[in-house]
Order: sequence, then structure tokens, then C-alpha cells
Amino acid sequence: MAPRSCALCQKAKAMLKRPKTGQQICRDCFFYVFETEVHNTITEAQLFNPGDRVAIGASGGKDSTVLAYVMKTLNERYQYGLELFLLSIDEGITGYRDDSLETVKRNQEQYNMPLKILSYDELYGWTMDAIVSQVGRKNNCTFCGVFRRQALDRGAAMLNVDHIVTGHNADDIAETVLMNIMRGDIARLGRCTSICTQGEDTIRRSKPFKYAYEKEIVMYAYFKKLDYFSTECIYSPDAYRGHARAFLKDLEAARPSAIIDIIHSGEAFEIKEEVKATQKVQQTCQRCGYMSSNPLCKACTLLEGLERGMANSGITDRARKKLDAGGPAPDNIRTIPFFSRMNSGGNPAIAVEQPS
Amino acid sequence: MSKVSLKIEFGGGLELLFDNQRSYRIDVPSEVPIDNSTDEESLSTKEKKPVDVKYLIHHMRDHMLKERVELFMEKDTVRPGILVLINDTDWELEGEGDYKLKSGDEIVFISTLHGG
Repeated sequence: MAPRSCALCQKAKAMLKRPKTGQQICRDCFFYVFETEVHNTITEAQLFNPGDRVAIGASGGKDSTVLAYVMKTLNERYQYGLELFLLSIDEGITGYRDDSLETVKRNQEQYNMPLKILSYDELYGWTMDAIVSQVGRKNNCTFCGVFRRQALDRGAAMLNVDHIVTGHNADDIAETVLMNIMRGDIARLGRCTSICTQGEDTIRRSKPFKYAYEKEIVMYAYFKKLDYFSTECIYSPDAYRGHARAFLKDLEAARPSAIIDIIHSGEAFEIKEEVKATQKVQQTCQRCGYMSSNPLCKACTLLEGLERGMANSGITDRARKKLDAGGPAPDNIRTIPFFSRMNSGGNPAIAVEQPS
Repeated sequence: MSKVSLKIEFGGGLELLFDNQRSYRIDVPSEVPIDNSTDEESLSTKEKKPVDVKYLIHHMRDHMLKERVELFMEKDTVRPGILVLINDTDWELEGEGDYKLKSGDEIVFISTLHGG
């Protein structure tokens, strides 16, 4: 095939085919359109205000590495006036997270951004290695997901930031739409396509890569020679998501617009008022002050189960009843430090104390 | 039999399937069986075509891949979610599997399926 010239500048050799548009473009035009689309996503959704302190949720993987690079680039190019931080959660997975955190530490120097690492061990008193040794490899992703969400908010509170951005890309969101439909999870289906979410006293969370295809993120990292880490978690990946992912990739191979189409479908769902009415109201957890739809938040429930040696009590209702039947939580179990957030002052917003 | 010399690179975690080695230099025959079989006998007896990327993928599966073929190939090509670059250009612009390989070509395979 004869080399084609770029559909945008008409000069340089085309080096990639955009999945979203089918356009064949050169490397420099690709950098420009990719960055500009993210900028447009940010400005159209009015994600930031000048002076905001923003934490980038950084795992060392491709998405968050590219996000940190692009956020830094756009903040300088368009003078957003943001103060950027890297925030990493150390789940305590030997041979996986410890390696990827080394990548984040290099990113800290390469991008010249302050880095905060918060560990499960510090916050919950349990590493994922310890959790897996207790619960096995079946439900460990539930613990990890619930714990990570809360840890990110708490790490962000320690940094006293206004906002967390995460590297979730268009493929991730389309996968989540599919999973929520297949599980009939109407509440999450309504939320999962939002570019920005905010709990009552939690920090704003948004996804500047909502419309960025994974293929383009990986190509961007490759062409820019960005330093990222790519190893699958050693504790078997989320199998359900794996199936949704494989299905989505097959759809994309047949029709590349499938990813954006599914996101649009998710956005277009309208949820009837009577269905909304059955959804639980947000409250704060009695024990730790974090947002919750029950008197006790999911993280506290899971932690209590671990501490009392009944780890499944946070997973199934039946096991939960068994736990409750065993009486109230003993006073001597480890709990999560109380969550509160202050908007002013430079002090860390939560007291970090190690329960004895 | 004349040979074509190639450089193969892996990224995004795909190297884990190939002995955790990121870069290989390999030779493949310049004429290969039309049905992409890679054994010695087929190479000498079967009807031939000039070597292309499709053959290379079969060669990699049969002679280089160390584990879990389903994570590398699906049907007759790479699994969806694996990006291929030919001399730093998206293979979708180069005819994908039909691209005719020549000595000095550099082929990069990157998995997009590993971790965020």
C-alpha cells in the first residue's frame, strides 16, 4: 500500500487510523487532536475553576500515566491555573502494586508533581495480601474496589484537594454500561456515564478521558515514549468485567464507533421516577462518617467482617445476618478513622491515627 | 531459501506471553505456504506466497509464544485489543495481515488489555 498523507495537515505521512472517525493522520496531528479533544471535554463540562487543587489518581498504568502527562500539558498550554498532585493507593499486593508504584515515583520526578501514597495497611490495617490470605481469591476484588474508592477520597482529603481526576477511558465506561445493564443495576447505570460525580461531603471526581479511546491512549503513550507499567493484578482480574471487555473489543473490531455508541446509549436511558424513588437515600456512615446508603458503609461492613473472622458478611445478606446474630461489633476491633472534610486551611483534613 | 530479517517488539504486558523478553530479532523465509503452516515439511512442499504479517503471527504462535495462545490470537489474526505497528505506523494503514514483510522491518505488538 502506498503511504498516505495525513488527512489533517496533508503533509506528513499518516501513521494511525483514528477509531472514532476513521481518519488517517500523522503523529503530530494526532497529538494535537487527542489533547484538544480532552481540553474540549474539560471545558464543555466546566470541570475546573482557576486555583483548584486537583489530584490525579495514579496507578502507574497507561491511562493514569497519559492522564498525568496530558493534564500537565493542558494546564500549561491553556493556563487552567490548577495545582496538580499525584495520588496513589497502595493496596499492598506484593509483586504488583509495589512495582507499579515505582513507576509512579518516576512520574513524580518526570512531571514534577507532588506525590501522596496512601496504603490500605495504613487506613484499614489490612493489606490485600492479608485479605486474600483470609478470604481466598473469590471475592477479593469486592474488598479491593470498595477499599480503593474510599482510600482515594481520604487520600484526596489529606492533600486538601477540591477534585480527583481518574484515567477511566471510553472503553472502561462502555464496559461499565454493559455490565450495569446485564446486572440490572439501574442506580449505577444512571451514574456511570456522568463525567463528574460528587457525593455529599466527598470530593468531586471526574473522568477527562471519558471520550478517549483506549487505542488512542496506548498509541499516545507509545509515540510519546511515556513510562508506564502493565502487569495484570496477580489476584485474578474481575472475571465479569473481563467478559464484557472481550465482547466490547469484538464489537469494536466490527464497528469502531460501538464504544461511543454504547456510552451514548447509557446516557440516553431515562429512569422512571417510581424507580428512582426505590433507590436508597445517601447518608453518612455511623462509624466512620463516609457517605453510605446504609447506616454502616460498605468499607466498615467489610472491615468488621475481616476483623471478626467472618469476611463474607460484607458480601452476602445471609452472611451479614449471621454476623448480626453474633451480637454487636466488639469495641476492640479495628475501625476506619472518622472521615471529615474541611474546605479551608492547609492542614490535612483527617486525622490519621493507627488503631492499636 | 532466502530469508527476511525482522525486529519484533512487545509492549503493554504482551511480553509476558513471550518469555518476558521485550525485543527479538528473527528470520523468516521470504516465501511461505499460502495456508500459513509453519512446519518444515509444509515450508518445502506447499504452494507459496511472499511472507506477510499474517504468516508472521502464525510463526510467532508456533515458535515463539510460551503460554496462553488465546491471549495472543483469535481466529486467524491477533486478538482484538492488541495493537500492531509496522515501522511505527498503525497496521490498519498498511493492509494489516496482508502487509508484505521486507528485511529490516520493525513490528511492534502492544496489548491494550492490561491494567489501567
